[in-house]
Amino acid sequence: MSFIKKPKISHPDLPKNKIGLTIRDYEGAMSTLCAGCGHDSISTAIMQAYFELALQPHRVAKVSGIGCSSKTPTYFLGGAHGFNSVHGRMPSIATGANAANRELQYIGVSGDGDSLSIGLGQFAHAIRRNVDMMYLIENNGVYGLTKGQFSASADKGSTAKKGNANPYTPIDPVLLAISLGCTFVARGFSGDKEHLVPLIKSAITHKGFALLDIISPCVTFNDHEGSTKSYAHTRAHMRETVYADFTDHHEEILTQVEPGKFKEIKMHDGGIVGFKRVDKTFDPTDRIAAISYIEEHRAKGEVVTGLLYLEPASSEMHAVLGSSEQAMADLPYEKLIPGKDALARIQARWR
Amino acid sequence: MKPTNTEHPDHYHRIVDCQWGCPAHTDVPHYIRQIAQGDFTGAYLENRKSNVFPGVLGRVCDRPCEPACRRGRLDEAPVAICRLKRVAADLSDDIRPLLPPKGDSNGKRIACVGAGCASLTVANDLLPLGYDIVMFEQHAQPGGLIRTNIPAFRLPAPVLDDEIALIVERGVDLRLNTRIDSLQSLLHDGFDAVFIGTGAPRGKDLALPGRHDTDRIHIGIDWLESVAFEHTDTIGENVLIIGVGNTAMDCCRSSLRLGGKHVKVMARKPRGWFKASEWELEDAEEENVDIVINHLPKAFIVEAGKLTGMTFDKLHYDIDEQGRLSKPRVLEEVFIPCDDVILAIGQDNAFPWIEAQTGVKLNQWDVPEVNTVTHAASIPGLFFGGDAAFGPKNIIWAVEHGHRAAISIHKYCQGEDITKRPPRGINLLSTKMGLHEWSYSNDFDETSRLQMHHVDLTQRFKDIKIEVELGFDPQQTSKEVERCLNCDIQTVFTENLCIECDACLDICPTHCLTITDNCEEDDLRTRLRAPAENKEQILYVSDVLPQTGKIMVKDENLCIHCGLCAERCPTGAWDMRKSRVDIPYAALSPTD
Repeated sequence: MSFIKKPKISHPDLPKNKIGLTIRDYEGAMSTLCAGCGHDSISTAIMQAYFELALQPHRVAKVSGIGCSSKTPTYFLGGAHGFNSVHGRMPSIATGANAANRELQYIGVSGDGDSLSIGLGQFAHAIRRNVDMMYLIENNGVYGLTKGQFSASADKGSTAKKGNANPYTPIDPVLLAISLGCTFVARGFSGDKEHLVPLIKSAITHKGFALLDIISPCVTFNDHEGSTKSYAHTRAHMRETVYADFTDHHEEILTQVEPGKFKEIKMHDGGIVGFKRVDKTFDPTDRIAAISYIEEHRAKGEVVTGLLYLEPASSEMHAVLGSSEQAMADLPYEKLIPGKDALARIQARWR
Repeated sequence: MKPTNTEHPDHYHRIVDCQWGCPAHTDVPHYIRQIAQGDFTGAYLENRKSNVFPGVLGRVCDRPCEPACRRGRLDEAPVAICRLKRVAADLSDDIRPLLPPKGDSNGKRIACVGAGCASLTVANDLLPLGYDIVMFEQHAQPGGLIRTNIPAFRLPAPVLDDEIALIVERGVDLRLNTRIDSLQSLLHDGFDAVFIGTGAPRGKDLALPGRHDTDRIHIGIDWLESVAFEHTDTIGENVLIIGVGNTAMDCCRSSLRLGGKHVKVMARKPRGWFKASEWELEDAEEENVDIVINHLPKAFIVEAGKLTGMTFDKLHYDIDEQGRLSKPRVLEEVFIPCDDVILAIGQDNAFPWIEAQTGVKLNQWDVPEVNTVTHAASIPGLFFGGDAAFGPKNIIWAVEHGHRAAISIHKYCQGEDITKRPPRGINLLSTKMGLHEWSYSNDFDETSRLQMHHVDLTQRFKDIKIEVELGFDPQQTSKEVERCLNCDIQTVFTENLCIECDACLDICPTHCLTITDNCEEDDLRTRLRAPAENKEQILYVSDVLPQTGKIMVKDENLCIHCGLCAERCPTGAWDMRKSRVDIPYAALSPTD
């Protein structure tokens, strides 16, 4: 037989979450990416995070641009809303959707090409507006869909599959985001779900723009010796800095980890993000320290992962704009479009 | 845990639950695949190799394979393995030209006592090697308990006759109507070896008041035998069957065909503690047999020489937290009227014809001591098999005993050590045909187990010879074969190719796979991605993975062998390979 779909049959004792769903209820269509693609592993991590947080798939909107990464929203949360937009223009779509319906949770899935080349301007402005969304960059350093040319995140000196070296300096989305004032910045690795799932859970819970840069090896074009985004290279050079986990139960955190090594931050909705600092010198709420820490380790050829910067007092787009508490999509027509007379009254104020 | 030794022939064999659960180790997935491909003759031969009587067993096997079937743990109903076996038997071409003929005589003469399935299997295995087989049978027809104790409406005589003929007509010296009354004289008849497959022919009696005051109380297996040979063709309208095993089921259903109108099966314990197979209970209840629980027989009531009924103590049991029955309390005494009683409360071996001077050592239950591997008794050249060896089991066990005894007899006659058994082997062959192509039907079919069609209730009681089960039709067969999970297509892992991309873990529909740090089994079972509480099922543990030093663990329990792990593996670390277990037989062993 060839090309079967993933069978519906599942483990009869599969655990259920608080809303009675199993992990399989968070699946989407069968992936058509290459076997072993890091992106598929990220899709699974997203499903795991939503399952653990017991969130309803139909309260989620998935938006994406163009590229291998941008195909993946089809492969998770089949019950969610979705919009596959123009190359690099996902941030605008996400901003518009969020403006219209602030009640949904937004997942933006993008790649290093989509966010750091064609969509760099869009990416920067979504951060600046602090759109309440989780923004994933599935970062593999190459243009996989066009057969493996270097992308803007490829490290200088790293080699392509045929051996030619990359002459350009890379754009690091993490440093860029921190410098743009992003309120949640983290880096993960698709081959390490144990740490990736908690990062995604924290990012989902963050009120404001949560950037997750995820090293996601391209098995077909960028998993060779000489690549700095391969499974082997990432595992050898990864430096796990801050282990973050989200919980909505205060007690759980305090009992689960060693005291002293732990710092916790209350989120807007009362949930708590707990940090375990693997490196004691590092403080993820100190922006300047975070930048220098990342730079320092990059100079040593290390890839710093974990929750790298968090601004607990983040004010997301709607709070800044002072827009309606009720989602615009739910406003009655008369209220949303009050008519000529209301417009005349507003204009009269400026005459 | 230590890395799993997949080189051991039993490792992959154990994963094929049906084959592992079958005493004769029939390669079930292999023959189901042959049926799916329309190769019924091949499927029949594959069955015959191990179980010798596919037509018989396809109807009346105890089916240890079905409770073992992995599918039963996934969505409740196992594959209808037994019914598919019957399909192979029903649709097979004549296989006579394909069987090995009797070999040139090697000058050795073997006596087989009893012409039941154990003796016939011994003959089947030894004939091609040139042994001269002399088989003694007390009745006028061969078949043993299969013929005498299984009613014709479950197993038509022509099916049995045909499968016996496949053995006997190849040159067995079958001596019917020849009862062996003395082992001592048989041992002096110059045989090179003697095999005893005389079954467990003595039905248990029930010593209660009134037992011998009437001739309307029958011993179940004797009564069935007399029905089989048409010595008995009537019974009273009201019949009580004592006991609720499979013999009781045959007795009650036979009674209905001989004039019984109100047939009650009297059980001492509640449902759930019955010995009968679930499907035999279902078939009896479909025929409106009344199964009465919690009744302890007390006395037979005979008035003026006529059996009028039986008295019982009606019992009450409590069930404790562990699900065990308490000691029963007697609620009241009840009288149940009847015309006939059939006792179906078990059977024993009986060897009045084994004399003390033969030197055959008896055990504490007064039956010969028999080695469980070689089937040898305490004197050289004497072997036991079937129910005669270790008490009542079933047909498929008797066949396996026959195979084992044949190996021993062959070795004994060749002057070899019978305790040195030929080893099993395992053969693995990749089923990969292309990027997404496998040479087996790997998609999971959601169809529920198909139900066997039965002869209509208004028709089936007209003649005891009307076979109730009609067999699967082609449509049913084509669906049921797809329910098989192909457990013989093994997931084979090569550690040093793994890059730990998690693709296999993510795609696995039943969450069988986990990459984690190594530890002891109990701890490891708690760390897997889905509950792994079935400890009878093995965990496959790989050696350390090259990049992180973790290990790949697979809980074999619920793998549906869909091959998606191998399909999504970018490096070919997983492969789907067909396993074939080499089971040694006297005439064919992997070491030959």
